[in-house]
Amino acid sequence: MRGVSKVYGQGPTAVHALWDADLSVEPGALVAVMGPSGSGKSTLLTIAGSLEDPTRGEVLVDGASLSQMSRNDKARLRRRSIGYVFQDFNLLAGLTAVENVTLPLELDGLSAKRAHAAGMQALDELDLSDRASRFPDELSGGERQRVAIARAVVGDRLLLLADEPSGALDSINGEAVMRLIRAACRRGVAGVVVTHDAQLASWADRVVFLRDGRVVDQTSPPPSPETLLAPSPNS
Amino acid sequence: MSVRHALLALLSEGPKYGLQLRQEFEAGTGEVWPLNVGQVYTTLQRLERDGLVESDDEGTDGPQKGFRITAAGEKELVGWLRTPPDLSSPPRDELVIKVLVALWVPGVDVHEVVQVHRRYLVELMQQWTHLKEDAAETDLRFVLVVDAELFRLDSVIRWLDAADGRLRRAAVESPPRVPLPLPKRRRRVGVRP
Repeated sequence: MRGVSKVYGQGPTAVHALWDADLSVEPGALVAVMGPSGSGKSTLLTIAGSLEDPTRGEVLVDGASLSQMSRNDKARLRRRSIGYVFQDFNLLAGLTAVENVTLPLELDGLSAKRAHAAGMQALDELDLSDRASRFPDELSGGERQRVAIARAVVGDRLLLLADEPSGALDSINGEAVMRLIRAACRRGVAGVVVTHDAQLASWADRVVFLRDGRVVDQTSPPPSPETLLAPSPNS
Repeated sequence: MSVRHALLALLSEGPKYGLQLRQEFEAGTGEVWPLNVGQVYTTLQRLERDGLVESDDEGTDGPQKGFRITAAGEKELVGWLRTPPDLSSPPRDELVIKVLVALWVPGVDVHEVVQVHRRYLVELMQQWTHLKEDAAETDLRFVLVVDAELFRLDSVIRWLDAADGRLRRAAVESPPRVPLPLPKRRRRVGVRP
């Protein structure tokens, strides 16, 4: 994202949800965006995912500018290259786990057979093969979120966008979700997680702090974690 | 960290040598709390003096001297495990003091001060999380220690977030601060040293 601003409304009632935001995420890296409610986190994510257009500035995915794309091109990019994980999972209740995962591939024109194979592989990587034919209401909260992550990483995704991905899960299941997102990024996906939760954010390579729509700060690359375990001088 | 009670706990499994106690202590705390061998022997001597452990041989000191827990030691250990640490009065927290002091200093943006500390704490949490990510699933004790540290740092960040939000709200709702006259009465709050 380069110099991205988003203004809702006009004149004296205009709200600046984002203000001149710059953010870049390399393939294989995970960036967390932290900020309080109303700081612009979700707006940043929807613009990065081409679900919304910025008022000013430019968004590039794999070098291609979204502003230069037609609506159809953007829709194709969303289906093929961008995976989303939402706080409330957003699984379709009438589809099984594997059907939820394969839906974006089939919408993109992949044959049902190939889509099913890719979906089963994604579920298998998240240890969910035996839940493939269950419906969302037959799964636990943790399993539903793993299905949502499988849907977000299935196929050859370039970008994974997650909005408070641990939702209402407890800390152990929340950690499991972050381990999966982290693993997807290690395989070459660029990941962005927006959250107000420092424990989730601490899984990222870099944490960006958002306040009133502006990027106000970011973490430096941390020193080797082994420094935490340095022996005390008298040992 | 009570080395004294940790050693009693290790001896409750059976008699052990001093060096063995040191190794087991470090392994049992995920190697996050290094312990020097002098500390082990000094603590053992005090435990023996207090009748909580006894040693094999009165005459020899050194690595071959074995120690075992006494009945009084077992009673002390069980009582300590169930005694809550003193959390009844707020600790003298340096970070809380820094934020309070920042409100007095002209020209200092307290929100910027808060952000400096927030960033530092998140960076520390990233380091701990990377350690946890690399830890083997079987290394349960280590992961428990790392979790404790992550929750502690997280609670400090939550306090900073709440302080930041309250100060912003107060700035909108209240007029700028003017120096107050000396108070007639001071409210006393117990503070742990």
